[in-house]
Amino acid sequence: MSVYSTNEFRAGLKVMLDGDPCAILDNEHVKPGKGQAFNRVRLRNLKTGRVWERTFKSGESLEGADVTDRDMQYLYNDGEFWHFMEPESFEQHQADKKIVGDAAPWLREEDTVIVTLYNGHPLAVTPPNHVELEIVETDPGVRGDTAQGGTKPAKLSTGAVVKVPLFLSQGEVVRVDTRTGEYVGRAKT
Amino acid sequence: MLVVQKPDINMLVKRAELFAQLRSFFLQRQVLEVDAPLISAATVTDIHIESIPVSVERLGKVAENYLITSPEFYMKQLLAAGSPSIYYLGKVFRQGEHGSRHHHEFTMLEWYRLAWDEHQLIDEVRDLLTMFLPGMPVTKITYGELFFSVLGINPHQASLDDLRGCVQRHVEMNVSTLSLSDCVDVLFSHCIEPTLQGITFVYNYPASQAALAKMTADQQGAAVARRFEVFIDGMELGNGYCELTDINEQRNRFDQDIKIRQQQHKKIYPVDQSLLSALEVGLPECAGVAIGIDRLLMKILKKSEIQQVIPVLDRNL
Repeated sequence: MSVYSTNEFRAGLKVMLDGDPCAILDNEHVKPGKGQAFNRVRLRNLKTGRVWERTFKSGESLEGADVTDRDMQYLYNDGEFWHFMEPESFEQHQADKKIVGDAAPWLREEDTVIVTLYNGHPLAVTPPNHVELEIVETDPGVRGDTAQGGTKPAKLSTGAVVKVPLFLSQGEVVRVDTRTGEYVGRAKT
Repeated sequence: MLVVQKPDINMLVKRAELFAQLRSFFLQRQVLEVDAPLISAATVTDIHIESIPVSVERLGKVAENYLITSPEFYMKQLLAAGSPSIYYLGKVFRQGEHGSRHHHEFTMLEWYRLAWDEHQLIDEVRDLLTMFLPGMPVTKITYGELFFSVLGINPHQASLDDLRGCVQRHVEMNVSTLSLSDCVDVLFSHCIEPTLQGITFVYNYPASQAALAKMTADQQGAAVARRFEVFIDGMELGNGYCELTDINEQRNRFDQDIKIRQQQHKKIYPVDQSLLSALEVGLPECAGVAIGIDRLLMKILKKSEIQQVIPVLDRNL
């Protein structure tokens, strides 16, 4: 794996820090006119999601991390593992709950998601920013109440529960922003 | 495709006004504007400043020369040759400096006052800055007092272990490769600068950071450099000295710098012999300071990035 010096640090670069793969978020050059230069770097630990701030003396280096993002098809959940497939090689990968994490309620079978691989194994799963899911359980729709802006909980086909407007009923398909977990609108059919 | 950035007309106007006001400030005070060569055969030996090399052809031979990192050596030659107090307003260049407060070429205002000491010069810098930033509070404090008030440690007397321990407590980093001077630099930039409000003059710098300043002893008897820096809301804006005039001491500092550069496997630049000759002839007692004009404009216009106050940026660089 290649080694990166502080002057090559840029947002998005994947490096190893304290034994964990991290993504650099930003890198600020700190240098007194007559003094030693430092790099103040913010990194996201790709295993824990935690954001670290680290300072490096300019010229120090970090080993690159073997981390790649791949588009994969989500296949199914066998109760313990979620299974994904690379569309071209048909190679399959499985990931447990710790890896899938918050993405779990947004995974619909056959949807394409991003699986982050670290040394060839899944490290994280990122769902599309927007998913369209069917309402499987909610209170009956209230017609003519579109202007009030009231909401009610609705359970979706993947098990996710989101707040939807009062006029929606079971069986309708809604569009949800997976980053915020918020209802965006009715799916266009 | 050619992408032309829409110019910030207000910034262009303010920048031009700033230059005009600076020139008028020095005209009124009878300080003479001088040019300096931008390309020099020798360059600074500072451990932490890298020069940008340029190839220059003379009589069929191509030599490595350098873009100036400061007009200091040329200005000192003029002073030694008998010029009155002088100033330079123009570009200087630094290799490898990029960031929201750094650009590889920037505009520097540098001036020298004959027979003045650093405290008289601090007063003049204050007059100049408050002209552009009226109402901004002004503080003047020694490096030692400021350091102690924020970190509870005396930077002039603490051991390397004490300073590394202090860095370890305050900054997430590997301290094992930090020198004494690195420690105070990292503590100053990470812990002290963020506490500075308004215009702050910091003087009596650690002996390890004397650069081209005379030395003295502070009230506790510690050796300190007669060097000062000025900060605006924690951003370093300028650096000044009661200038070193002793040729032997100057030679020692060049040699010391070169020794450290060799140890750190850094590039070795030719020493400026004309500065040494000037000191031999006799540099009159004087104080000098250099101010980053782009950063001053950032503060005047409340911009957060230096690139926002530079008229044209070469996007291919």
